[in-house]
Amino acid sequence: MKAICFYFQIHQPFRLKHYRFFDIGNDHYYYDDFADDDIITRIAQRSYLPANQMLLDMIKENGKKFKVAFSISGTALEQLEQYVPEFIDSMKELAATGCVEFLSETYAHSLSSLYDPDEFVAQVKAHDAKIFQLFGQKPKVFRNTELIYDDDIASMVYAMGFKAAITADAKHVLGWRSPNFLYSSASAPKLKLLLKNGKLSDDISFRFSNPEWASYPLTADKYIHWINELPQEEQLINLFMNYDAFGELQPRESGIFEFMKALPRFAAEKDIQFWTPSEVVSKFKPVAELAVPYPMSWTDEARDTSAWLGNTLQQEAVKKLYSIGERVRLCTDRRIKQDWNYLQGSDHFFYMSTKHNDDGSVHSHYSPYDSPYTAFTNYMNVLSDFMIRVEEQYPASIDNEELNSLLLTIRNQEQEIEKLHREVEMMRNNIVKDTTGDFPIDEPEPAPVETPKPAEPESKPAAKKKAPAKKPAAKKAPAKKTETKKAATKKAPAKK
Amino acid sequence: MKALMFGWEFPPHILGGLGTASYGLTKGMWENGDMDITFVIPKPWGDEPKDFARIIGANSTPVAWRDVNMDYVQSRIGNVMDPQFYFDLRNHIYGDFNYMSTNDLGCIEFSGRYPENLLEEINNYSIVAGVIARTVDCDVIHSHDWLTYPAGIHAKQVTGKPLVIHVHATDFDRSRGNVNPTVFSIEKDGMNNADHIITVSNLTRRTVIEKYGISPDKVTTVHNAVEPLNEELLNLEAPPGKTSKVITFLGRITMQKGPEYFVEAAAQVLHKVNNAQFVMAGSGDMMDKMIRLAAKRDIADRFHFTGFLKGKQVYEMLAASDVYIMPSVSEPFGISPLEAMQMGVPSIISKQSGCAEILDNVIKIDYWDTNAMADAIYSIIKYPAMYNELREQGLAEVNQITWDKAGAKVINLYRNLINR
Repeated sequence: MKAICFYFQIHQPFRLKHYRFFDIGNDHYYYDDFADDDIITRIAQRSYLPANQMLLDMIKENGKKFKVAFSISGTALEQLEQYVPEFIDSMKELAATGCVEFLSETYAHSLSSLYDPDEFVAQVKAHDAKIFQLFGQKPKVFRNTELIYDDDIASMVYAMGFKAAITADAKHVLGWRSPNFLYSSASAPKLKLLLKNGKLSDDISFRFSNPEWASYPLTADKYIHWINELPQEEQLINLFMNYDAFGELQPRESGIFEFMKALPRFAAEKDIQFWTPSEVVSKFKPVAELAVPYPMSWTDEARDTSAWLGNTLQQEAVKKLYSIGERVRLCTDRRIKQDWNYLQGSDHFFYMSTKHNDDGSVHSHYSPYDSPYTAFTNYMNVLSDFMIRVEEQYPASIDNEELNSLLLTIRNQEQEIEKLHREVEMMRNNIVKDTTGDFPIDEPEPAPVETPKPAEPESKPAAKKKAPAKKPAAKKAPAKKTETKKAATKKAPAKK
Repeated sequence: MKALMFGWEFPPHILGGLGTASYGLTKGMWENGDMDITFVIPKPWGDEPKDFARIIGANSTPVAWRDVNMDYVQSRIGNVMDPQFYFDLRNHIYGDFNYMSTNDLGCIEFSGRYPENLLEEINNYSIVAGVIARTVDCDVIHSHDWLTYPAGIHAKQVTGKPLVIHVHATDFDRSRGNVNPTVFSIEKDGMNNADHIITVSNLTRRTVIEKYGISPDKVTTVHNAVEPLNEELLNLEAPPGKTSKVITFLGRITMQKGPEYFVEAAAQVLHKVNNAQFVMAGSGDMMDKMIRLAAKRDIADRFHFTGFLKGKQVYEMLAASDVYIMPSVSEPFGISPLEAMQMGVPSIISKQSGCAEILDNVIKIDYWDTNAMADAIYSIIKYPAMYNELREQGLAEVNQITWDKAGAKVINLYRNLINR
């Protein structure tokens, strides 16, 4: 018996518009909405929507034996909600079949796992909340941005309560070992690891329609045969790919959809099942621990983080960005929070890569810029403006700790005022009761506040009730209100 | 393999990029080994490097018989040429050119520059080429730039050896479209008679194919390269006390070099940035206009003109610069950004320059796109990572662009021609 574990990534960044240095300090809107709309709509029409329909058909046909997993970044979800809402509905329909698992990741598809642990945790929580809000699932398996993974990340992921993580099959980590087993992390032994089967995944997502490929044309029959031919003990085949492999990377006319639809039938013949990552984790036992001291990923030939952090431009931009992370988390401005998310997208750094070989052509294929230097310039201009805005909120001259304690004081006082407000309100109500009812002033609580000026509060509720009739009284009322408030706050510390 | 080359300039007495490129290529070919190169120039000064090519001066090649003795020749031209060779040449005079103005040795005088009577000098040069071609044994003839095409054609007719012409520039680049018909016809004639044409960039290659109507299979691009700088120049440092960023334009201030776009970009940057200075180094017919433009844009206090810089001054200027810009409207190759990169100065070049085809670690912009130019300048002077990345990667890249690689391509081309 063997099991295939399908997992698809959906991600779109918020692309930056052409942002000149003249705009710094003047223009606080950074995004190229037209490009985002255009790209996501095109990909959804050509790939996401037909692929969803394909999965739905497959699940129906195969009596729920066909299962897949998705990871959809928060930024992609936002764009889809805005530009292709029918996709969200279609996804909800898929989720309702119970054959689809949603994975956890960082909301902004960011590199925070490498630079800013607090931000990392915050983003994972934000993402999981979004998934729960839309699809009603609480993710149990984690996959990081572009499958970036190392031992430190494993510890953080485990500490957040995930039981498994998904990552890549970098040759420099695996060596002679096969990705077709369940592994566990060396730093957090209870965290299980699913590794991508690079060869078989890329056969579908990259080579399927290439007529120069020796195995062209690829049929479902042949593909399942390959899997069946794997050694008996290699039971787990993890097929991880970008969702736009269906319809975009491999166009519809290549027959990719028909290929997928035929898979379950041939798989059933050979007793090969389709499992979600959670199922894999509960049914298999890890065979060994995997130590990954340096971060690996599924991108570029090197399978490391050089696609985003390979040159000094990228390192500088990331460093600058995360240098204000703590500050931004103190902010409450909703737009700053939003921009903060969008600016963290790993794509911005991907565009700055200066690799010139085969990897380079992949970078420039996705990049909206004509050179990595333009990408850097544009990003840094935007970031400069963003930093000015954060600075305006809280000047950099105050250090984070001081600011934190100040903010805490303000927040505490706010709560205090709120509390006292309620107290005053309650007392007023009591007084209203007092005047309307015939109770004497004998309650112990409000007594100290009221004793100095018992006459004034009396007129106030009256003014409220009979406002149309007694206009002069109504005008006086606000002044008196503030007086009582002041009295209340002044007394607050004394009470403690 | 023996090559007979015709050129117009040779270091150290050079007037433009042609001499530098001719020298670099010759040396690069010699480094590949098994090359015997004879290089003809109009007027040698005697201090040309001679270790990798034999230099022949057209002004010391007799075209009319004079009865002179060895000692006299030694005293007259011994500093530039072996006297014995004078007599070898004299034995190959092929016609009576006494009607021309010749000197006491029977030689025609050359200025070796670009004088008013340039066309006459070109014609004289080709007369002399006839004598040289009859004397010097060669396998292939190589003519550098249009001034020497007639000489190359003549030598080809005399020897029957294949002719390669090297297009360093065309009149379309020099005149921005207003082509001189005489120059065009000389260029076209050279291209028609050549067995193969070498261009310094694909840009020039397209011009040759499209504007001169040459068959594409006859035209090959061999990009120029740079000579490594010596330690002394590399160790030049910015003047102490320099507080502001310096952005430099270096070249002839003419229409071809696009100086007005540099001023416009400078105006944009200076209105936003305080600690920057712009320098326009060089001279040319548009200089006064540029001074007026800078004043009109209200940036004259931080926009400086240095006048013509020569020799070491160029490198001192580069050492003090933070950004180098070449906004050329049309540039067949453009060697100066490579020199700036050698000095570790981040460079911005126009996409209309030939060198943009081989450089990755520079910023490329359209020459007319002053907004992009200003953005790039701002980015380099404001973001240290940008400066460092361009500086380091640029250095690494330019150090790989060496003349021996270009030389090997040319030698390979020769081989194909000879074995055809």
